[in-house]
Amino acid sequence: MRFIEEYRKPEIQKRIYKEIQRKSSLLKKNVNLMEVCGTHTMVIGRYGIRKLMPENINLISGPGCPVCVSPENFIDTAIEISKKKDVMITTFGDMMKVPGSFSSLEKEKAIRGNIFVVYSPLDALKIAEENLEKNIIFLSIGFETTAPLIAQTIKIAKEKKIKNFFILCGNKLIPPAMINLLEEKDTNIDGFICPGHVSVIIGTSPYIEITERFNIPCVISGFEPFDIILSIYILLSNLIEEKYEVINEYKRTVKEEGNLKAKKIIEEVFDIVDSEWRGIGIIKNSGLKLKKEFENFDAEKRYEVNIKKYSKNKRNCICGEILKGKKTPFDCSLFEKICNPENPIGPCMVSSEGTCSAYYKYEKK
Amino acid sequence: MCLAIPMKVEKVEKDFAYVSIGNVKRKVNISFVENVKKGDYLIVHAGFAIEKLDKKKAIETLKILKEIK
Repeated sequence: MRFIEEYRKPEIQKRIYKEIQRKSSLLKKNVNLMEVCGTHTMVIGRYGIRKLMPENINLISGPGCPVCVSPENFIDTAIEISKKKDVMITTFGDMMKVPGSFSSLEKEKAIRGNIFVVYSPLDALKIAEENLEKNIIFLSIGFETTAPLIAQTIKIAKEKKIKNFFILCGNKLIPPAMINLLEEKDTNIDGFICPGHVSVIIGTSPYIEITERFNIPCVISGFEPFDIILSIYILLSNLIEEKYEVINEYKRTVKEEGNLKAKKIIEEVFDIVDSEWRGIGIIKNSGLKLKKEFENFDAEKRYEVNIKKYSKNKRNCICGEILKGKKTPFDCSLFEKICNPENPIGPCMVSSEGTCSAYYKYEKK
Repeated sequence: MCLAIPMKVEKVEKDFAYVSIGNVKRKVNISFVENVKKGDYLIVHAGFAIEKLDKKKAIETLKILKEIK
């Protein structure tokens, strides 16, 4: 029983949808609900949920796609390291097309052939064990969902005394980015659909600060279409009753305390640092870096790379505004014209979970 | 990218479990999840189980759904 057939029964969806319509008529103003997570953006697109919403409910997409928010200089650094002798770069597949300042991993692979897609950081470690004469660099990106896996891989590498495995660390944390959005004056967010699988690790408590400081309801949501619809229903109910609290809709997977073992290993291996988000800028305490005792695995310590800061003139690309939920892809003059999944200009078009890519595939004006 | 899917446990071996969904079979690291047994559903992300699917809670949610008029 995987709870897919049960959860997809049309009568259930219809009933909640009717309730959403009823609740929406009780709202005093138009509301903007942000789904933070890119996988939620995809579900909303694929199942036509955005179109289903009554006129006064606006679903906006947030910065929760780790590929999209990895800055240009992360790609530039990876490319520079790939030019060194005896190096193999390993990466999650979504990173291949992401534009750096002047090239992408895909283009560089065509030149040198030493860039490989892996499914798991453990696969990268295995490549290191099988290629002792090479240095294997894993491009470590992802939010709290992914950070413990990378931490565990580093610990295994340390136990096995593997000396030719390194990570280029670009991991980021979600709650500081949500707070950053709310602190900006011109963002207008009335409720958050919080990322389900980030919450599997961090639990419900990090969102309490958000509800208390900003008077905004938060619902941790699963990834079935009904999960999203139910989360929207809960957010509307809380907005109408002016209840600003954290509700866990994804109880079948998310525990209140999160995954303690996974949280512990993140703390054991990483320090929290300021981090640059593409299109947004530096966000305080929003990134991870290897602790001193694990710095032998840090690719930036192994290879000194001088990256020039290139000007970020991206031909009128508005991905930054889109990541903050201030604009939609339809507001962009490049969207669907010169910017498309085959030729992405900005980061939101690159990853299949980016807002622009999801809109390109599923949403029509 | 935080995509994770429920996969069924077929066999457990120390820190790893053999899991499947449809015709896809994989060996995943289970060091973050306790008491993994054959027949459990694990939430799998990039080669690791990050949590177990809680059957009781899943049924609870279904009940809540049925209560909404």
